[in-house]
Parts: sequence; structure tokens; C-alpha cells
Amino acid sequence: MSIAAPTEPSGAGQPTPVADVAGESLLRGAWRRLRRSPLAIAGAAIVLVFVVVALAAPLLAPYEPASTQWAGLVTPQSVPGPATDHLLGLDSFGSDMLTQLIYGARQSLIVGVVSTVLGLSVGATLGLAAGGFGGKVDTIVMRLVDVLLSIPSLLLAVSVAAVIGQSQLSVMIAIGVAQVPVFARLLRGSMMLQSKSDYVLAADALGIRRRRIVMGHVLPNSMGPTIVQATLALATAIIEVAALSFLGLGDGDPAVAEWGRMLVAAQERFGNDPRLAVYPGVCIAITALGFTLFGEALREALDPRQRR
Amino acid sequence: MLRFALRRLALLVPVLFGLSVLLFVWIRVLPGDPARSLLGERATPAGIKQIRELYGFDKPLLEQYWAYLGQLVRLDFGSSIRDGRPVTETFFEQFPATVELALFAILFAVVLGIPLGYAAARRRGEAVDGVVITGSLLGVVVPVFFLAILLKLVFAIQLDWFPTSSRQDPRIDATHITNFYVLDGLLTREFDASWDALVHLVLPAVALGTIPLAIIVRITRASVSEVLNEDYVRTADAKGLHPPVVRRRHVLRNAMLPVLTTIGLQVGLLLSGAVLTETVFSFNGIGSYLFDAISQRDYPVLQGYILFIALIYSLVNLAVDLGYGLFDPRVRVS
Amino acid sequence: MTRPVGVRSEPLLEVEDLAVVFHGSRGDVEAVSEVSFSVRPGEHVALVGESGSGKSVTALAVMGLLPLRSTTVRGSIRYDGDELLDLDARSRRDLRGAEMAMIFQDPMTSLNPVVPIGVQIGEVLQRHKGLRKTEAREVSGDLLGRVGISDGKRRLKEYPHQLSGGMRQRVLIAIALACEPRLLIADEPTTALDVTIQAQILELLRELVSGTGTALVMITHDLGVVAGLCDEVHVMYSGRVVESAPRRSLFGEPRHPYTGGLLGSIPRLDSARGEPLTPIPGSPNDALPWTHSCAFAPRCGNRVDKCTVQTPALRGSEHVSRPGDEQALRCFNPLDTREAS
Repeated sequence: MSIAAPTEPSGAGQPTPVADVAGESLLRGAWRRLRRSPLAIAGAAIVLVFVVVALAAPLLAPYEPASTQWAGLVTPQSVPGPATDHLLGLDSFGSDMLTQLIYGARQSLIVGVVSTVLGLSVGATLGLAAGGFGGKVDTIVMRLVDVLLSIPSLLLAVSVAAVIGQSQLSVMIAIGVAQVPVFARLLRGSMMLQSKSDYVLAADALGIRRRRIVMGHVLPNSMGPTIVQATLALATAIIEVAALSFLGLGDGDPAVAEWGRMLVAAQERFGNDPRLAVYPGVCIAITALGFTLFGEALREALDPRQRR
Repeated sequence: MLRFALRRLALLVPVLFGLSVLLFVWIRVLPGDPARSLLGERATPAGIKQIRELYGFDKPLLEQYWAYLGQLVRLDFGSSIRDGRPVTETFFEQFPATVELALFAILFAVVLGIPLGYAAARRRGEAVDGVVITGSLLGVVVPVFFLAILLKLVFAIQLDWFPTSSRQDPRIDATHITNFYVLDGLLTREFDASWDALVHLVLPAVALGTIPLAIIVRITRASVSEVLNEDYVRTADAKGLHPPVVRRRHVLRNAMLPVLTTIGLQVGLLLSGAVLTETVFSFNGIGSYLFDAISQRDYPVLQGYILFIALIYSLVNLAVDLGYGLFDPRVRVS
Repeated sequence: MTRPVGVRSEPLLEVEDLAVVFHGSRGDVEAVSEVSFSVRPGEHVALVGESGSGKSVTALAVMGLLPLRSTTVRGSIRYDGDELLDLDARSRRDLRGAEMAMIFQDPMTSLNPVVPIGVQIGEVLQRHKGLRKTEAREVSGDLLGRVGISDGKRRLKEYPHQLSGGMRQRVLIAIALACEPRLLIADEPTTALDVTIQAQILELLRELVSGTGTALVMITHDLGVVAGLCDEVHVMYSGRVVESAPRRSLFGEPRHPYTGGLLGSIPRLDSARGEPLTPIPGSPNDALPWTHSCAFAPRCGNRVDKCTVQTPALRGSEHVSRPGDEQALRCFNPLDTREAS
């Protein structure tokens, strides 16, 4: 009988070693948790497909966008349905449905990203200013944020869009503005929390300059929640674009394919031809779902309490 | 408690004041000429001049602002450009309809959402949980008006179970006291009118309540799962209490606190969702009126309604914060 | 601390070969196995060990508070002759709070923050004694007095956050003792409290259980608590009992190296000045699987080759200093009694 150390799989009574888990960085841990979460993978897959379709729209779409050469086939009673040359049929304007859906993805991506970047950059600047300077700046910024938050987000977007008119830019500005207070409050709150933490106090005590503390410690640690919020904001933006279109405040340019407008245009024909509304509606829902799933999974993965 | 309430109420004043300034600046300064946008394609030089004089756009900005503030203090938001009716009058006439709709929507969301969220938390990781979570995710991502249109198509047009539009069948000659139609029917003992109003409410309320439902389900699930792991629930179990007592007194009473706050925040979603839902169902509330105001650039209405909505939204959240103290002794102010 | 031992009555609680398995996402984990002990009416028994040793899990298994869905409990837990593991959930609820009660470790989190303490005490009386609300209030007020909270009647309306940690632990004791249970399990009742309060709470517990015939199971990592309160001690490590002995012989002649280590790492007033404390090296995480080794081996000073390849069994110990006392030991190379003292 040899005295070799046992190398069999560990027995049930043994507590799992925790060193490897506790020792890894937050980002690595987050990445590991993300890869294991089926919801994250589903969300990421939807987002990936959406982005690829949006970017490669000219290659994927069978026709030119918004070409109305088949408009004559559309009658008040019916719109031609799926056929070999139009896989998903025509839309209510007489354009190829599939082409419009593909270019719609592109439009959603542009509007979503631009408005979110806008909301994020303005909101983050305000939040940083409030959290970083404190005092009067903080009071003024937070009062402004309170004012903006006192209007429900969609109505804020509506009141902006109603004033600056119908264009792609105004839709992006309207949705971006509606996201400003959310990002401002998020970043400021996150910074306030960080400022009270021991490592910032320690850095302060070491005489490190305030700007360096903010830029080097506080900001990087606030990135997680901000990224999560931005992902979720993309979902909101895509839905709000559609809502603005529904309210007649969308991009007025008929040459631009946009899911919300397709949905609205299909409304009158809904009873006879639900297909016209269902396609764009489902596109909006799935895309928003993708960003929501991915954002939520990201939130859970970045939460240090979730270490498992 | 009273002082706390008053202080919070006082904090609302600068917010609303700020909002009024913002809306003023917004409408008069940013977009160029409001008179032109009011008239849109019908703009003629004479028409523009007339509108300018009518609304005082030709006066200096500061003077305009003073006049505007003076109106605000008197709760006078001017009159609609479309029908000439005072904004305040139409608002309070239509407001009960929207409140009724919003109440039923939130009722739908709470009555369904809390048990579903509770069941999901109880059976975390099981099939029930998966279905509830998937459902709630879908509930958040479907555009409200798309859902409204879908519901209308399926349940009103195809199945004909519910009416397609309006608040009440016009053939019912109902007396209206409060403009809450369901309540009016009860007050006047015209129960058929009450019932008819209720039936008209079902589809809009479901459409409007779906996002709040999805959110309440998720918050309840998260909150209940957290509370179920609390030591005091184990203490309650160690007392041998009957499960319903543990559930009500120890789990739900604690788990409901975040849900309560969430419900307050849903009011914003309800008010903005009402614009979409009421329009789809031709439901005569502030939402559909605001929709028309938006699409026809009726600025006095837009401005007045948004201020009113902000006020209501803030008041409801204040009420929720104060109500919170009733349920959580830790934040009770003595 | 001597109580009439006299007639050895039938055990109130008999735990035999208890095993608890948690079914987690990473597979099954055996938290407790081969645990046996018994408690007679009036007897005070201690389960001692570091966190993760399975002592709390054992207590929760006795109470029937382990989550049904994710755990399997095997072996036997007999209460007053009845097999608890055969009872349905309803019958076990009838016992909990009435026949057997438990005091928990953290008084800060073990009381419901949004329910007045009067209700939290009263509900157990209403449940098991069939008292009405007003009667329950009356009794609850008296109970608060008995656990040393003056003006108990008035304080029934207070909420946990209005009380200090020590006060809350008194409330929890009042809840546990409300129905005069025959078996009381105290799970680290003083760990979360200030040192000065710890002594008060222990003294209170001693007062309340002595002479009532209440059987006490004290769960602790603190041998100081054991010294003042318990007759029998079971030392647990990594889910199993490694040494069982009467308090006197355990403190006098610890046999298991782990027990010796626990005793060596507590400061004593009677030790020579300058004599260093000897902590146990490593942490409970270093445990080996019991299936083919002694879990304590990596931290053990007395380790021999056998310890890492073979599982030591729990046997009656050879040196029985006082006949009649049960002693048991799970070790291949126990401490020499003289050497350890």
C-alpha cells in the first residue's frame, strides 16, 4: 500500500476552495459570469445580429431602400404579401418589406447610439461636475436634474421634439435629452458613494490631488453602472423612437426606413393585414429585448456581490 | 411628520418654477419663431403678425416672462389654439378619465404582479420562475401603442369581446357627476352605466398596465427573494407560525417596501403611456387631448399639460414617500 | 455549576448518525455527517467548532428549518422518542416554538424590522397557547420583564431599531422561552454582542434555564461560553464530531489535537505571564475530505502518515477519567494527556 497523496476527485465534505475566485479581478469575474449566463448570451446574440444587419444593410437588403416602384400594387384594400421577389411582401408605402426592415435596423442603431451618446456625454459631464465639485455646482446641477426628472421621460422627449421639429437630428436630441438626468444622477450618486469609501479617503490623506482622485479612482469605479445604464438606454431609445413616430414627431423624411413609422403607417390596415405592423413591431421588441437582456446580465455580472 | 411633508412640498416649488422657466425658454427662444410653427404650412405674414400680437410674442422676452409667470400663479395657462378653450378647464374635465384609466391599469399591474413575482421568487430557478421572468421581459420591450393596437385587433375587432373605443357607449344616457364614469354609475345607481364604463376600461387598462406589471413582477421577485433569506423570516419559521402568517406579516410586509416606491415611479410611465393608449382607444382623457395638441403644435396646451403632469407626478411621489413611513417604522419621522 | 445529576432520565433529544447534504449548483455538498449526540432534560450540551464546522446546520436540522428543496437530511433525530424526520411539515411546525425553540446568532437581523416587538413575541403565544391578542400582550409584557427589560408593557409597541443589540437579544430570548419549550437551542447567542453584554446575556440564559428542566444545546466557537454553562461538549470539525467528552475531562485532558488547539488559543488568567498563545495554523478552508483522510490533518501538529490516507473513526476513548461519562474521539494520534496539560 503506497502512501501517495490522494489525487482522486475531492470528496463531498470538502468546502470548495475560494482562493481562485476571490483572487480574480472584478472584470475577469464579470466576464466569466457573463459567459456562463444564458440570458447574457441570448442578449449578446440579438445585439450582434442587430448590429451586423444595421452595418451591412446595403449588402443584405435585396433592393434600394424606400424605393416606391411597386407603389402601384398597393390598393386601399390590400398590400401584396410575401412572394418570391419580395420575401416578406411589400409595406404599406409599396416598398419591399424586408429591405425596409433591414434599413430600419440601421436607422434604429444610428438614432439609438447617437441619442445615447448624447445623453451619456451631457449627463455624465453634469454628474461629474456635480459630484466632483460639490457645493454650489452640485446644488444647481441637481436642481436641474430634478426639474428634468419631474417630467416622465417620454413626455420630456415629446416636448423637446415638438419644439425643434421633425428631423432625424431632432429625434436624436429629444431622446438624448430625456436620458440626460438619468445619467447625471447615476454618475453623481456613484461618485458620492465612492468619495465616502475608504480608498478615496486614503488617497485624500496621502495628499493626492483631487482631480487625480476623481479621474484615477472614482471615475473608473463608476464605469460599471454607467455602461449598464447605457445598454439599457439603447433599448429605451429604440422604443421611444417608435413612440415619437406614433405621435407624429418622428423623422419626417419618407426616404428613411424607420420601424416606428412603418408600424404607424400600418395601423389603418391592421385589421386586414396585421403582417404590416407585426414585422416592424416584432423587430422593435426583439432589438429592445436584446439590449435589455444584455444590460441586465451585465449588471448582474458587474455586481461584486454576485461572485459565484 | 407634518413638518417633513411641508418641507418636501416646499422643495417642489423650485422644481416647478425651474420647469416653467425651461418650458418658457424652450418654446419661445430655441426654435425660432413660434408663430410660424403654430401656423405651420398655413403661415402667411399677416397670420404670423396676428398670432404674435395675440400671444405677445412681439414684446420683449422679460416682459413676456413676467406676463407668463403672472398667468401661472393664477393657474392660467392660456387657451388652446385649436378649440380656444382654457387649458385649465379642459385639463380638469379630462383628468378624471385618465385617473380612472391609470388606477385600473395600476390595479391590474399590482393584483397580477405581486402574486406572480412572489411565486417566481418562491420557486426561483424552476419553470414557473422562467416563464414569469420571460413574460416580464417581453412586457417591458413591447412598445405600448403596438400592444394597444394588438389588443384592440384581437379582443375588440376579431373576438368582439370588448368595445374598440371611447369611455362609454353613447347610447347609455348616463348622468355624470365626478367624471369618473365607473364611480358616477355607482353614485347614481345606474349600474349598467358603471358596468359599461368598466368594460370600456379593460383593454386600455391592460395595455397601459403591462409595463408597470412587468416592472412590479421583477421588483417583487427580487425583493421577495431577498427577504426570504433574511434572518427574521427564519425566526418566524422557528416560532412554528402558520405559513400564511409568515408570508403576510414577515415576508410581504418587508418585501412590499421597494414595490411601493416602484409603484410611485410608475405614475410617470402611466401618464406618458396614457398619451399613446388613450389615442389608440379614442379614450377621452388628457392623453388623447395631449396627443392632438402635440400633432398640431398646440403650445399652450402642451405647456400647461406638461406642467400639470409634472406637478401630479411629483405630488404622487411625495405621497408615496410619506406613505412609506406608514409601512416602514425606521424612516418614520417623530 | 453543579446540578443534581442523580437519576439518568431518558434523553429528550437523540441525534443519531445525522447527515445533511446541500444540493447546490455545483453539485452536492455534505455539510454534516455521522453526527450523534443526545440531550437529557435539564442537561446542557455544547456543540463547539469554527464557522463551517456544521454545528449550526446540525441545529437547523433538529429544528426542521433547513430548506426542503435544496437539502437532504439523513439519519435519525428523535425527540421525546418520536422520529422527527418521519413527521410532516405541519407536525414539525406544531413542535417549533412550543416544544423546541431556538435563539439566533445575530439579534440585529433576526427580528422583523417593521413589526413591533410586542407582536413578534405575542404571535408565538397566540400560535401555540391559543391566547387571544390582548392576553398575548399581557404575557408578552411579563416576558419582557423576565428577560430583564424594564417597563416591558410600554416597550411592546417599540420596533427593533429602537432597541440596542443586547436588548434585541433579550427580546429573542423572550420569544424563544415564551411557550416554555423543553428544548432550547442557542446558536452563538453572544457572538454579535459587545463583550460586556455577552456576560449579561449568558447569565440571563443560565438563570432562565436552570432548575426548569429545560434541555439546552449551546452552539458556540467560544470555549469560554462552554466552561460556564455546559455539562457535555461535542467538538465538531468540517462537518463531523471529532471529540465528545464531559466538560471537565475535555478541559482537563483534551485528547483531539483540534480540541487542544482550541484550548491553546484562548487566553487564560491562570496561564503564566509571557506564555504565548498558540493559535491553530491555517484555516477551516484547508480541510481534507473525510472520505479518505482526517479533515484536520493539514493543520494538525500530531499528524502521522495515516492521517492523509485513511478516515479515522469515532471511537469510545480509552482513558475514561470518570466512569459513566461518555467519551468519544476521532483521531489516529491523540494528544498525550500529560503532555497537553
